[in-house]
Amino acid sequence: MSNLIKFKIDGRDCMSEKGNFIVDAARENGIYIPTLCNMPGVKPKGSCRICTVRINGRLMTSCTTPVADGMEIESNVAEIQDLRKSIVELMFVSGNHFCPSCEKSGSCELQALGYLFQMMVPRFPYDFPVRKVDASSPKIIKDQNRCIQCKRCIKTIKDDQGRSLFAFRNRGHRLEVVLDKELGHLMTDELANLAMKNCPVGSIIKKEIGFNTAIGSRKFDHQAIGSEITL
Amino acid sequence: MSKPVIATTSLAGCFGCHMSILDIDERILQLIELVEFNKSPIDDIKTFTKPVDIGIIEGGCCNSENVEVLRSFRKNCKILISLGECAIMGGLPALRNGIPIEECLHEAYIGGPTVQLNKEHILPNDDELPMLLDRVYPCHEIVKIDYFLPGCAPRADLIWDALVALITGDPLKLPYEVVKFD
Repeated sequence: MSNLIKFKIDGRDCMSEKGNFIVDAARENGIYIPTLCNMPGVKPKGSCRICTVRINGRLMTSCTTPVADGMEIESNVAEIQDLRKSIVELMFVSGNHFCPSCEKSGSCELQALGYLFQMMVPRFPYDFPVRKVDASSPKIIKDQNRCIQCKRCIKTIKDDQGRSLFAFRNRGHRLEVVLDKELGHLMTDELANLAMKNCPVGSIIKKEIGFNTAIGSRKFDHQAIGSEITL
Repeated sequence: MSKPVIATTSLAGCFGCHMSILDIDERILQLIELVEFNKSPIDDIKTFTKPVDIGIIEGGCCNSENVEVLRSFRKNCKILISLGECAIMGGLPALRNGIPIEECLHEAYIGGPTVQLNKEHILPNDDELPMLLDRVYPCHEIVKIDYFLPGCAPRADLIWDALVALITGDPLKLPYEVVKFD
């Protein structure tokens, strides 16, 4: 018990074990901080910036910042919420996110964040980039139009020798997450299911099961993202 | 005071958003009490006959006629609403963005697997036909749009609540289940 420290989120007294990241400590205290690239059990990277909070006037990613004794964290304030919303909007305009025709619609975390922030229209112009769809694997479709490059698949989808099935290719604006041709052909059903589940958007789709959940019974049809955390 | 006047149109859309307007069910009787319809496929008035308060746009702009109609709506309406994904971001027609127009026409009229009757390989080019744009544009990239109601189609409750809020001036409540992108 000696490791317990006290801190505040939006003025609310919270307690957690020393060394926990803010986003996890907040969850323990029933406070939801939105995340996208972060996944429980995976080393955080702080790449999507959705979980940004303000500490001592500085903006930090709460998935990579450990909580400290006496820390005062601002999270659910208008300015930060708008910043998070703008990141979601940027993701929507910088890819090709056609929700009405996407297999992941209703269970997509990016879309769910759009709902959470009540994004009626992105404030940025749509880019409509030209991207490819790789359907060469017998198990999955890798759609670059929808990829937000969160790296969740790279970090979690590995074969029994620990080799990642997905990897980054190219750099800068050409950067994309691709499926290794050889390993992709050996992909098991189990791994394919996990890859689709771990992808926060509809960039990894298991073949032959698209649209198998009826509208109304999908993950975020009735429940807002993070509502299971919020006390 | 006279009733607020509403006009609607479907540009590059599928009329699903208009179906969703009709999906307000028996509230349509209340709507007729609240507002008057001008140019709209609902009453089949083809041209603006008076200044309009609220213009509702379904669909994005995929050809020159869409742009012309949209501009005439901006000119004749005090408030413009983009209704549905196609008006907001181009929607499914915008799946062709990124594909050269020549390739699209070739697939539709010459090389596509279901094309059988067009033996002379004619591409539609009659003067009467509007020109296709290089890509499909969201409405707010062509004219200023005042409000956006997402959905494919937008939920009838969202349309109803938004219209009532606009007409009465009451704040718009947005329950979680009405703002959806599909």
